[in-house]
Amino acid sequence: MFEQMSYETLQAYWWIIIAFLGGALVFLLLVQGGQTLFNELAETDEEKSVLVNIIGHKWEFTFTTLVVFGGAFFASFPLFYSTSFGGAYWVWMLILFAFIVQAVSYEYRKKKGNFLGSKMYDTFLYINGVIAPLLLGIALSTFFTGNSFSVHKERILRIGQNVEAVISRWDTPWHGLDALWNGFHGAWFQNLMLGLTVLFLARTNALLYIKKMTGENSILERISKKLKINAGLFLLFFMIWLIRLMFIPGFAVNNSGKIVLENGKYFHNLITNPFTAVFLITGVILVLYGLYAGIFKTLDKAFWYAAGGTVLTVMALFFLTGFNHTAYYPSITDLQSSLTIHNSSSSRFTLVVMSYVSLMVPFVLAYIWWAWKALDVHKYDVKEIKQEEIKY
Amino acid sequence: MDTINWALVDWSRAQFALTALYHWIFVPLTLGLSFILAILETIYVKTGNEKWLQIEKFWMKLFGINFAIGVATGIILEFEFGTNWSNYSWFVGDIFGAPLAIEGIMAFFMESTFIAIMFFGWNKVSRKTHLLATWLTAIGTNLSALWILVANGWMQNPAGMSFNPDTMRNEMHNFLDVLFNPVAVNKFIHTVSSAYTFAALFVVAVSAWYLLRNRHTEQAKYSMLVASAFGIVAILMNLFTGDGSAKQVAKYQPMKLAAMEGLYEGRSGAPLIAFGIATQSKENPRKQDIHGIEIPNFLSILAFNDPDAFVPGIKDLVHGNKEHGIPSYRERIESGKIAIDALAAYKKAKKAGNTQEAKKQLALFKEHFKDFGYGYYYGRDPHELIPPVAITFYSFHLMVIFGTWFLILFIWLYAELFRNKLENKKWLLRLAVISFPLGFLAQEFGWITAEVGRQPWVIQDLMPNMVAVSHIETSSVMITFFLFLITFTALLIAEIKIMTNAIKKGF
Repeated sequence: MFEQMSYETLQAYWWIIIAFLGGALVFLLLVQGGQTLFNELAETDEEKSVLVNIIGHKWEFTFTTLVVFGGAFFASFPLFYSTSFGGAYWVWMLILFAFIVQAVSYEYRKKKGNFLGSKMYDTFLYINGVIAPLLLGIALSTFFTGNSFSVHKERILRIGQNVEAVISRWDTPWHGLDALWNGFHGAWFQNLMLGLTVLFLARTNALLYIKKMTGENSILERISKKLKINAGLFLLFFMIWLIRLMFIPGFAVNNSGKIVLENGKYFHNLITNPFTAVFLITGVILVLYGLYAGIFKTLDKAFWYAAGGTVLTVMALFFLTGFNHTAYYPSITDLQSSLTIHNSSSSRFTLVVMSYVSLMVPFVLAYIWWAWKALDVHKYDVKEIKQEEIKY
Repeated sequence: MDTINWALVDWSRAQFALTALYHWIFVPLTLGLSFILAILETIYVKTGNEKWLQIEKFWMKLFGINFAIGVATGIILEFEFGTNWSNYSWFVGDIFGAPLAIEGIMAFFMESTFIAIMFFGWNKVSRKTHLLATWLTAIGTNLSALWILVANGWMQNPAGMSFNPDTMRNEMHNFLDVLFNPVAVNKFIHTVSSAYTFAALFVVAVSAWYLLRNRHTEQAKYSMLVASAFGIVAILMNLFTGDGSAKQVAKYQPMKLAAMEGLYEGRSGAPLIAFGIATQSKENPRKQDIHGIEIPNFLSILAFNDPDAFVPGIKDLVHGNKEHGIPSYRERIESGKIAIDALAAYKKAKKAGNTQEAKKQLALFKEHFKDFGYGYYYGRDPHELIPPVAITFYSFHLMVIFGTWFLILFIWLYAELFRNKLENKKWLLRLAVISFPLGFLAQEFGWITAEVGRQPWVIQDLMPNMVAVSHIETSSVMITFFLFLITFTALLIAEIKIMTNAIKKGF
């Protein structure tokens, strides 16, 4: 069935999968958001233990989604993998580092003989909680604001030189950290806004999730206050980012295949592509309803509205930057090196093979859903956690 | 002046080796212990005897302490292909990315979803559902090993692909050739069976420690019974596929085989060194002298199933051997240079619209493509293509010696358990305890043989390590190397301390 699809359709299909994994990742960053809230929401060690266990039971989902997001990007758009990871070295390394220290922290924090002490593991969780959403948000924003790199495939034919034979080259010595001071049409500000958006979104989603999962009244009371502030900040940063996005120049592919700057490109993409507009509007409405329901109606389902809305909104952002003749990973120093879903994808054959593999995704989602539900059967409070045989 | 930034290449290699070796401290235990847990839980569900549940929960606790750190080191490995080997990621990403993505979709989710049920689902799902979750965790964990080893096998023997001169990269044209690449299939079984052996050694060693102290005697004996039986099957699989590995190395990576045995002069009816040492030759600084006990004709049998077969040595491969039809490295370098130049000429002709010339250059390129990677050594000393012999030689031999010992140990323990006399054999129990670190060493030596022995190739014959790196400053790689070194070491110390505490506490 995939064999009959055109190369362009397959590339678009894979971009949708990447968008979905990206959306799922941002939603699951609620684990990271939760990690920044442990000290804010808990006043006693017992309360903290409730929070750690609620959030900790889900850490592997986020971690695995990040790994799969990376692997799927590698398989479907290898030139991105090669260019971004090898180029924006420091951004990715910091993100990875934040994830290494997270992985063991839940398991080790309360174990006897844990060498670094409980406080250190809790600090690791906090670092991961701040760094991962912030940097992933900034990295996603550079899909719209651009980076400084060049790609020349012929370089690989240079004999006797190795660094010069690397096809992708970052043009600043800061290897990605430059996203924080890139002055190209205020890119640094735009990037920072999305970083903060993702951070506060992660915290907001975490608050909604903890609210759904705990029966501890003292925690619930504190959540109510925090929710308003965090949701407010998230919406503020996101609105600034989104509104500015509609006006900044975007990276368009013109009729002769050249990359050119186009004012209001992302606004044009939004109005010419109903698919994207529907995802964005539905996503935003769902998130807003989730926040409203969580703050004013205290519905348990509020979390799921916000979760679904988060996935759809992030997918819309990927559509905005990838579809409609747009370069999704633009270079501001060498426009023609910018990556599009067509010039950076795998071969047609590989995309067909991988498309068959993608048929497993609904099945995977089904068992994740089942497992998630099976573990979330009842609410956690201090009494319940004390009785648990295995806990973090 | 050398135009190659060797410091960058070496630090990038060091960082990858560091991550891989650390990763492989934890992962084998996860791979093997997951199946031992599944077996123990099956016995519990079948018999309904709470004793088995107690045993299961004890080993699960140790499994949990080890699991997360394997995951942590694993994520780095995946991303390092991009961060530190970006040219590689482009050159073969079309083929290499697929197994990594499938690994994620098919295996990682299965593993991470069901492990949550396995740990936290005891009172939340039914007993049978829990058992299913434990089996699915084991299967998921081992499936992830399958896909990463398919990827590694492909680097040793690139199959199922061809070079596309228009996109300037290798592209997959047959997925089944990638998946069922003989090197990959054998490598998978060899590697996971070594992991099962290691996990069995772990259970055996901890159980022996309890028996020596007269603690938890019953639980320790039950655990040891399951683990030693599991270990016998695992090590037999391991030895059998080890033989298969040798034949594949002889076929696809003859230089690695020569380095493993320190064989400089090729010969018919080549002997295998059973025990030996390698010393720097006084006459030739490039050479290691090997002294040891030889088993006549055994290398020829191991490599080609024929006691009289000719096994090429390092000299035959570097300088060529006309009699046996082996081209010299110099010839292959010339041929590779022709391929690279023809590709450049093809691109130029195509751009200029000169179809005739483009066609001619393309044909020339295809003829010489098999030596493509050698072309990068143009103007260099062909001896640079020899891997470090002493490291490869020692790693290989120690791995084999330890592996053989494990077979003896498992059978011995099983027999003594069967005769119900194990508690009295204190010295055998002590041997079981000290064999655990040997298991760890054998694992790492296996990887060192496989990876150091194929240097300088990142993809056999097609891409050497010097052109596979990323365009980054050496200092950046040095900083991340030390960051990882400190972090991984701290986490390793933490794991060992937590594990020791949990073992001391007991069942």
